[in-house]
Amino acid sequence: MNPETLSGDTVIDAVSAVFMVAGALMSLAAAVGLLRFPDLMTRMHAATKPQVLGLFLLLFALGLQMRSWWVWPVLVVAWIFQLLTVPVSAHMVGRAGYRTKHLHPELLSTDELEAVVQQAAGKRGFSDDDGDEASAGR
Amino acid sequence: MMQLVLTVTAVVLSLAAGGAIIRIARGPSLLDRVLAADVLLAIVGAALCIDMAANRHLNNLMLLVAVSLIGFVGSVTVARFVADRREKTRES
Amino acid sequence: MSRKRISLRQELPLLVWLVIVWGALWRDFSPGNLLFGALIAVLVARMFYLPPVELGGRFNVLRAVPFALMFLAKVVAASFQVLYLAVAKGPRVISAVVAVPLRSHSDLLVTATGHITALIPGSLVVEVDRSTSTLYIHGINVRSAEDAAQLRKDVRDTEAGLIRILGTKAELSALNQEVAA
Repeated sequence: MNPETLSGDTVIDAVSAVFMVAGALMSLAAAVGLLRFPDLMTRMHAATKPQVLGLFLLLFALGLQMRSWWVWPVLVVAWIFQLLTVPVSAHMVGRAGYRTKHLHPELLSTDELEAVVQQAAGKRGFSDDDGDEASAGR
Repeated sequence: MMQLVLTVTAVVLSLAAGGAIIRIARGPSLLDRVLAADVLLAIVGAALCIDMAANRHLNNLMLLVAVSLIGFVGSVTVARFVADRREKTRES
Repeated sequence: MSRKRISLRQELPLLVWLVIVWGALWRDFSPGNLLFGALIAVLVARMFYLPPVELGGRFNVLRAVPFALMFLAKVVAASFQVLYLAVAKGPRVISAVVAVPLRSHSDLLVTATGHITALIPGSLVVEVDRSTSTLYIHGINVRSAEDAAQLRKDVRDTEAGLIRILGTKAELSALNQEVAA
């Protein structure tokens, strides 16, 4: 981080500008995915992955712009927090979504969890009447 | 150049926020809406980040962390709530 | 929950992490501040007791660095894959839920594998069976049995990488035997 040389300065500016635009585009990618994908699970892919990369790019651009070393640990910690929280919330939402049958079976090529769930439900003595509710709930 | 970058990112983020809001409005289920709200919060975070980078300050950093924590806690809570409610209606 | 004392060595990674967070939040890495942070870290770790994470007792830095770089590259690839799928395929994308049995039964390794799986291209953890340590993974754009097998192999490769970094010696030797066979 040496702000003395002018050329180095412009290079850093250019790189951070590219990263900022790319990070914003990642948000757009998430939104496009939210709108275009057919069911909850695929939308969740769209919501989680670009978010992580987008924040990484933006924090990197911020670190480049600040030009001092002491901001980097804060930015790294912020990103690691996001790395730790995003999969957890995605898993929680996905689990709830699978259990409340927010899937379109015709869009799945295989479903290896369904048999397990059916077996567990059978053991607990449930009559499986979720078919109508799944269509009614949508 | 920074002005150009700001304009481009503002347009892109506005489009993204619009998409997320459409999904919140349309989303067939509660979980879809929660997911879209999470994305909307991420977009707000991105906007805070870009503001900091463009104006070279760090005032929003804690706000950024707070926003992402709210998104996390919110979606986990709602996901648990949805699953719980579902199990109760099953058992009754 | 048994409240057995955990050794300082097992607690050390947590304490170091807490001190780093403390220093980063104050944006001040002077020795005095770090010392105070360490004091608070010890206090917090003692007062808010959590079940200890059972580490394997080894950490291979040489393997960890390429793994982290690969992970970053995969995160980038994941975002662009989602972007491509959203634009090109959209509503017609086909996915699958695949069961992946893992080798390790350690909670830490299963959790770490699940986290990384959720962030690399095309996979998302839907359900975890802790008793058999099986991950049920939702894969996007998985159209055939071959794709599903590829996904399963990817996840198990991730786990193998993690075992090489921080798995126990027993897991490592089992993995080496499996690779040699």
